[in-house]
Amino acid sequence: MTARPAERTAPTTGRPDLPADWTSVRGGVGDRIFAGGALAAGLTILAALAGVFVFLLAKGATGFGKPSEVYGPHAESFLGYVFPLLVGTFTASAIALVIAVPLAFGIALVISHYAPRWLSAPAAFVIDLLAAVPSVVYGLWGAFFLARQLVPMHEWLHATFGGWPVLGALFGEPNTAGRSILTAGIVLAVMILPIITAITREVFSRTPRLHEEAALALGATRWEMIRMTVFPYARSGMVSAVMLGLGRALGETMAVTMVLSVGFDLSWNIIAQSSPTSIAANIALKYKERSADMLEVLVATGLVLFLLTFLVNFAARWVIGRSERRMAR
Amino acid sequence: MAKSIDISDVDIYYGDFLAVQGVNMTIRAGAVTAFIGPSGCGKSTFLRSLNRMHEVIPGARVEGKIVVDGQDLYDPGVDPVAVRRQIGMVFQRPNPFPTMSIYDNVLAGLKLNAGKLRKSEADDVVERSLRGANLWNEVKDRLGKPGMGLSGGQQQRLCIARAIAVEPQVLLMDEPCSALDPISTSAIEDLIHELKDDYTIVIVTHNMQQAARVSDDTGFFNLKATGQPGHLVEFNPTKKMFANPDDPATEAYISGRFG
Repeated sequence: MTARPAERTAPTTGRPDLPADWTSVRGGVGDRIFAGGALAAGLTILAALAGVFVFLLAKGATGFGKPSEVYGPHAESFLGYVFPLLVGTFTASAIALVIAVPLAFGIALVISHYAPRWLSAPAAFVIDLLAAVPSVVYGLWGAFFLARQLVPMHEWLHATFGGWPVLGALFGEPNTAGRSILTAGIVLAVMILPIITAITREVFSRTPRLHEEAALALGATRWEMIRMTVFPYARSGMVSAVMLGLGRALGETMAVTMVLSVGFDLSWNIIAQSSPTSIAANIALKYKERSADMLEVLVATGLVLFLLTFLVNFAARWVIGRSERRMAR
Repeated sequence: MAKSIDISDVDIYYGDFLAVQGVNMTIRAGAVTAFIGPSGCGKSTFLRSLNRMHEVIPGARVEGKIVVDGQDLYDPGVDPVAVRRQIGMVFQRPNPFPTMSIYDNVLAGLKLNAGKLRKSEADDVVERSLRGANLWNEVKDRLGKPGMGLSGGQQQRLCIARAIAVEPQVLLMDEPCSALDPISTSAIEDLIHELKDDYTIVIVTHNMQQAARVSDDTGFFNLKATGQPGHLVEFNPTKKMFANPDDPATEAYISGRFG
């Protein structure tokens, strides 16, 4: 490294005895350390991700093809075992997203664009605090308080929508204790609310003032201004926020484990007496009393969850990237 | 549709801070009025109070009367959104909407005002506005392309097209050429000359030659003293202002001497 400056030809100056040294790189050392550090950090994340994947693959690959009695008593093959869990995972996460996303965007907008400053700062702080509550606490709250409070809502949903042609399938016979997948989804919604809110609030408030004023000066109301400038500007960040929230909902164990009364019958009924649990919650439930065979199966279900999370993320990125590329043309 | 603006005893505040004090003037309809003065003297602030954009900043407020077409803009019953639909604005830095095409940028204001337009009507408005802004020939083949892909001067003319598409009564311009090269500047100045037949134009500029070239009337703003609010020193026809100003401070500023 140190030999290189000598090889370079310095540009000639008027004084050959004192050649200008254009190769001095005083600041270059810091730059290189920083670039190396950043690269190392990035590679570490990739390596960790790859490591998790390799672990799941190595330990779980055998879990796909066990003798049928291992998957019993409710299933005979890996597919039969994992499918209800997948349905449970996605049902709970979908309910959580449907509830949390509009709410989070609304709260973020209020904080970034509607509330006066004396209100928005404390509100943002409280939302951030929600993110720090451990999921066990949410689980306890959901199981011992919220579920009971939601019993009348379950009955009302069944009584009101139960007879409807398509929607009715979602609201069949209600859970008498309120410990349905719907309740689990609501608890998940509360859990992922802070992270979605915090990120969208940040990107909303970064909208360039110039764009906002362009809309306002055309005679846009505040809501029209938000639709014309804030949402388009923040769209990528909004998707990231939802993806992070979804990631947390997909992987959440304690809240679902504690709230949901687990069953194995697949049905559309989201307020049923019992519903399939989620993959993550199932691992937490079965982990203690596992056999060696069962452990491999559990790891294999983990691999399935890992891959699906990956797929969902890629799909979302692709959708966002496509609309941005279309605009850049 | 060009309208005059009568301003009486206007004070402009940022919170408790009095930024501009005691402005009285009449801006003539169908003429170009320029505001000149050193940085920080409140001319942009005053311009933004003419379409109630000043109060977009938290804590900012305006006292006094600004009357357009017999209506006081600061009457409690007046909706600032309605004011801004009548009084358009072009900003210092070109700010087309980044996610919209050229076509949609021109129509942005109109869609707010009129809701759904028929395709043929919309096409007419886009062509008329872009022709009005001297941009039609340069962009007519790529109306579907994003507005951000244009050069700075083209972007600024796109912003002017967007502002005149809604046919406002008054057009405010806040240093519209300060981010542009001389050729683009000249294009915009030519445009201002053409637009003044249809619109009352108020322009803030740091460039005194520009004020002399484009305006009919000129207002000179200055700080009363360091730390004091800005005020209107002199308001006169541009010819008189640059040949024989009433106030020695105006002459000092115009001739490049301060104090």
